[in-house]
Amino acid sequence: MTIHELHQKLVAKELSAVELTNAVIAHKAKTEPTVHAYLADSHEQALAVAAKVDEKIAAGEVISPLAGIPGAVKDNICIKDQQATCASRMLENFVPPYNASVVEKLTGEDYVSLGKLNMDEFAMGSSSESSAFAKTTNPWNADYVPGGSSGGAAASVAAGSAVWALGSDTGGSVRQPASYCGVVGLKPTYGNVSRYGLIAYASSLDQIGPVTRDVTDAAIVLNAISGHDHRDSTSIPGERPDYTKALVNDVKGLKIGMPKEYFGEGLNSEVREALEKAAKVYEGLGAEIVEVSLPTSKYALSAYYIIALAEASSNLARYDGVSYGLRVPADNLVEMSTKTRSQGFGAEVQRRILLGTYVLSSGYYDAYYLKALKARRLIKNEFDSAFEKVDVLLTPTAPNTAFKFGEKINDPLSMYLEDICTTPVNLAGIPGISIPAGFASNGMPIGMQLLAPAMGEEVLFRTAYTFEQACPECNKIASIGEVTL
Amino acid sequence: MKYETVVGLEVHTELKTKSKIFCGCTTEFGGDQNTHVCPVCLGLPGVMPVLNQKVVEYAIRVGLALNCEILQFNKFDRKNYYYPDLPKNWQTSQYDLPICLNGHIDIEVGGKTRRIRITRIHMEEDAGKLVHSGNTISTSDSSNVDYNRTGVPLLEIVSEPDLRSGEEARAYVEKIRSIIKYLDVSDVRMEEGSLRCDANISVRLMGDEKLGTKTEIKNMNSLTALQKGVEYEAIRQAETLEDGGTIVQETRTWDDSKGMTLSMRKKEAENDYRYFPEPDLVPIVITDEQIEAARQSLPELPDAKMARFQADYGLSEEDSAILTTMRETADYLDEAVKAGADAKTAANWMLGDLSKMVNEANITFADAKVKPAQLAAMIELINKGTISGKIAKKVIVSMWETGKDPQAIVEEQGLVQITDTGAIEEIVKQVIADNPKSVEDFKSGKGKAIGFLVGQVMKLSKGRANPGVVNELLQKHLNA
Amino acid sequence: MKIDREEIKKIALLSRLDISEENMGTVEKALNDVLSYVAELEELDLEGVEPMAHAVPLYNVFRKDEVIPSLPHDLAMQNAPEEEDGYFKVPRVIQE
Repeated sequence: MTIHELHQKLVAKELSAVELTNAVIAHKAKTEPTVHAYLADSHEQALAVAAKVDEKIAAGEVISPLAGIPGAVKDNICIKDQQATCASRMLENFVPPYNASVVEKLTGEDYVSLGKLNMDEFAMGSSSESSAFAKTTNPWNADYVPGGSSGGAAASVAAGSAVWALGSDTGGSVRQPASYCGVVGLKPTYGNVSRYGLIAYASSLDQIGPVTRDVTDAAIVLNAISGHDHRDSTSIPGERPDYTKALVNDVKGLKIGMPKEYFGEGLNSEVREALEKAAKVYEGLGAEIVEVSLPTSKYALSAYYIIALAEASSNLARYDGVSYGLRVPADNLVEMSTKTRSQGFGAEVQRRILLGTYVLSSGYYDAYYLKALKARRLIKNEFDSAFEKVDVLLTPTAPNTAFKFGEKINDPLSMYLEDICTTPVNLAGIPGISIPAGFASNGMPIGMQLLAPAMGEEVLFRTAYTFEQACPECNKIASIGEVTL
Repeated sequence: MKYETVVGLEVHTELKTKSKIFCGCTTEFGGDQNTHVCPVCLGLPGVMPVLNQKVVEYAIRVGLALNCEILQFNKFDRKNYYYPDLPKNWQTSQYDLPICLNGHIDIEVGGKTRRIRITRIHMEEDAGKLVHSGNTISTSDSSNVDYNRTGVPLLEIVSEPDLRSGEEARAYVEKIRSIIKYLDVSDVRMEEGSLRCDANISVRLMGDEKLGTKTEIKNMNSLTALQKGVEYEAIRQAETLEDGGTIVQETRTWDDSKGMTLSMRKKEAENDYRYFPEPDLVPIVITDEQIEAARQSLPELPDAKMARFQADYGLSEEDSAILTTMRETADYLDEAVKAGADAKTAANWMLGDLSKMVNEANITFADAKVKPAQLAAMIELINKGTISGKIAKKVIVSMWETGKDPQAIVEEQGLVQITDTGAIEEIVKQVIADNPKSVEDFKSGKGKAIGFLVGQVMKLSKGRANPGVVNELLQKHLNA
Repeated sequence: MKIDREEIKKIALLSRLDISEENMGTVEKALNDVLSYVAELEELDLEGVEPMAHAVPLYNVFRKDEVIPSLPHDLAMQNAPEEEDGYFKVPRVIQE
């Protein structure tokens, strides 16, 4: 059940948008009791848009590729008059009076959204376990986490309770859950998609990205959401290409680099085998596999956490109980704000705020924050030189497949290590895509990450699409995800 | 005078752009509470700032006018601290790379010119306003927050600790205010808060090089308050030291009604602003060409104008200083001269009768009811002898009240000076006939008596007789 | 570098967070684990490296000085925890 297939059915009038939406809503009702991908529903609005799309089809109008196809949106993206909780008690009752720019764009495409998706609280986590409201499970096996922070986005698509979803990726938050749930997750180039209306975790790293069933769908959603936005000062100017044009099944002559540091110690052997197999597939299709070295990548996780937490400590300062969000009453302001924040934020968010405050505080700025910004430059420069030699880089998305609930939640550092392959990409601002590359012996999906230079999404799509065509068994759907139309 | 006062000032001036610094909300003063706000200036989750280009233009103009270097690569940073008038709990400001550095202005106090160095000028956003339920912040059980002012663009102009007295501090702010007013980038009204000023004050023994511990004084909301506040604080510090005490580095507030500074206690750990580059705003790069173009477009500034008024108009230093403090005043004189008035005469009218009327109406020369060309026309009437200087004083009042041209008023009210010798001679003869006693006095050598007789002639002519002719004719008839 | 409890209390104050005595141990350990991990940055030669605060090398992004309509007052206040006369109401600002 992909966007492009469903679009054909809608246009051919084999299926109406309302029928489709109702079918997905019915399927969702079956999966939600175990998967818990959603925090809120917007079925009525969804059906209203679907009906409008059906009218357009009936009137013979051309509909957009995404029109009438039910998706869902991570709960840190603002939709006017719908809750945006960031899975936090702090914003439990927050209703934004405005739309995120991506939502405005999607509205123009007659998008259908079934609701808001669960996530790690304020996007801080790699398992979605830090959500204050729901425990999203992995559709392949409910004992396993879906990954995070966009766990709801990946789980909903894998479970078929959404055909597509929007997530956000600060250090791997789209790609890692996509990898854990066996779906496609794209982190676009920083600045390709507007961040206006995305509730910030770490502003210099955050980027909204699609989670989809296949690479074609990722290109379709990126077409809908990318573009320059005057409300986001970090938005890259200029027109965007039609990304679906890049879906070419051909990698002949393409140079694919495998950075040896990403295949070192700490990498799960089944993940390694799957990726080596994928490299062979590419070689068989005429691509050249080149070993490259990105020695500074080793330090990316440290630089990433320092920068992300520093920015987060400031971004989350606004939640003080004064003008929106939770307020825990107290008779003076400092106490009111302190109680509000101590009760409104979960343990992980509080830890990250403390760390972020610490690395910026007087006496430690140079030792931590400034060093991290310099390391960031080195990491970026290293990617730049790598891309002088190769067109695309191939790495694991995560060092392991999905882990079980409770395994890492009490050991923050081990959780952070799951981001080791994805964080360098956010630091450098380049695009990365995670696509399914096989399965571990326990049946859990393995993800492969492909990276390209800034604004190089087209070569990513081409490389990812070619592999997808060569390995249909990699794209297997979880049994829970089979939707009856 | 055992102690020397050392003052550095931080002047905040609200720029008069139409919209706020990072969003499209109006900057208009007033307005119902929380009506000039949007998701961006309310700091709602998910919003992002976009810099108003005018703010950069204005900052460059002010920087050049205050003799600063313009930093061709500058950027915004976040200054993190909690206060309910800051919706995001950080202020977007500039830290290590502000738009302007290393300027100076010259001030004149007690006949001495002193150069005051300006450390830096940076762009930032204004905060909202708190309204307290009680009389003061500390006696209020609750406060109400209005975010209308949040995001109004500010320039912060930071001086070196070069000022040595309350009087100098005042002169410095007056000069800054005058220059900014000339540039037309801010209303610079201290009463409305569009110009605000904090002072860093310390004292040291005369001759010492090392700076003493400073305090920061806030809430001095007028030039008088600034001067008094600095003077008070310097004495307080000197007395504390004399009594064997030490100065605590702290923020104090000026209480205008009590005429003293009071400590605003704050935990020391809170003064850690954790500045870091604002990730949501990109750096600003300014080219040489832009700086040159801005320099060319600067108006003539007070110092240059003052020099020109002395050189070209032959005005005294003192008069030139008064006439150039406000751009409107100086422009008025230039326009009157352009309309044909003699500069010195026009200046005298401006410093005298017109200043009185302008001040009483609480307006500036820009809105004076007598326009520069009308003043020039009136002076012309005096020079031609159509009216006397004395009549002119009445004419200018009528011009102010009616807005009419002097010619029209003179005609309507029949104020044209009588220069017709025949007509005046008739009156002279009558006055001589009516005042035999005074004529007698004059003839017996009391020269003063002629003054009375001149007065009588003027009275009968309703002031219109040409005084010179009257004098001449009286002499002639009395000595006949 | 290790962060001690005194410093944790200081940054908790700066962060407006209250760490209970019973949680202090866990927080202290978690913070120190991360800080000792990120200390690896010491190994890098960062001499002369330009800090990188932004992922894209953009500059001079401006908007024109144009007024656009503000939010209607009721929308501006819709999430207010406490409102009074059209203001956001907060408890006493100064701590006794």
